[in-house]
Amino acid sequence: MYIIVVGGGKVGFYLTTALLNEGHEVLVLEKDVKRCEFITEQLGSVVQRGDGCEARTLAEVGTERANMLIAVTDEDEDNLVACQVAKRMFRVPRTIARINNPKNEKLFKKLGIDVTVSSTNIILEHIEEEVPTHPLVHLLTLTGGGLNIVELKIPENSRAVGKRMKEITVPPDSVICLMIGKWGALVPTSDTILEAEARIVAVTRPEAEGALRVALTE
Amino acid sequence: MKVVIMGCGRVGAQLAALLDEDGHKVTVLDIEPYSFRRLPASFKGTALGGDGTDEDSLKKAGIEEADAFVAVTQGDNRNVMAAQIAKHIFNVPKVVCRIYDPLREELYHTLGLETISPTRIGAQLLKDLVVG
Repeated sequence: MYIIVVGGGKVGFYLTTALLNEGHEVLVLEKDVKRCEFITEQLGSVVQRGDGCEARTLAEVGTERANMLIAVTDEDEDNLVACQVAKRMFRVPRTIARINNPKNEKLFKKLGIDVTVSSTNIILEHIEEEVPTHPLVHLLTLTGGGLNIVELKIPENSRAVGKRMKEITVPPDSVICLMIGKWGALVPTSDTILEAEARIVAVTRPEAEGALRVALTE
Repeated sequence: MKVVIMGCGRVGAQLAALLDEDGHKVTVLDIEPYSFRRLPASFKGTALGGDGTDEDSLKKAGIEEADAFVAVTQGDNRNVMAAQIAKHIFNVPKVVCRIYDPLREELYHTLGLETISPTRIGAQLLKDLVVG
């Protein structure tokens, strides 16, 4: 695949390294001349100095034959415009934008950007996982389905401890998929007894997360 | 008419003053409050520190009740993004956006934004003065 990466900062550099290793044809657009020199030194001639939001620059690097454009500068508005110009002017089939302000996710989707990656949200989710007192951890958001895979730990003082699965009121649209204890993991049936300190993996809708947490942890 | 102007540079301040003189209700938004020095002492509208590409700042500036939104910061991409937020999220009836880069202006014009490129217009005027 021919992939254009807009922005040769830290994210752009490591992304390009990974894409090259996978055997793709990659071109990085970067405005800063020093940064261009650094990337050329490290990765060879994969950089063109220029503004990835400018139609002329994108035309010069053959954007009309690109399969994908990924905009990863640290300015949301630049990523938006690079993707929009690529999509609307050069008919690039797939555009991916990095988003720094999570509030922009909805806007970018509405304006036709195919995929958005919110670096702030990803970092928050990872930190959440490492905070031991956090009752509910997001493991994965299923794209397009509006569903999340989450993990919860059943505390010792929870009313759910010792109860069978069928005795627990789980909110609609939520499914408990896995119970993980010291003894290993099992797919619970309606007769499985919930154990203290066990971890539960469930699929749920964002709006049902609160009810699920109450059912299992309070 | 309620007008929100994003960017209090020379053009933004001048536009704000003109609309204010005509009796319109003007709010000017700029990240750098120092820019508000450009507004005339007679300005009766509101000057508000804030980022026009941020939905909450736009709400504070009254974008939800605005009849018109004008994006005139130094950054083409900021203007383009703010104008699209005003048009597609807040459904402001009249949205005008300055884009210096003529190619970018052409694209966003075809995408339905009301755009103006001072580069293109300025160059044309200068050319007319030189040869005309």
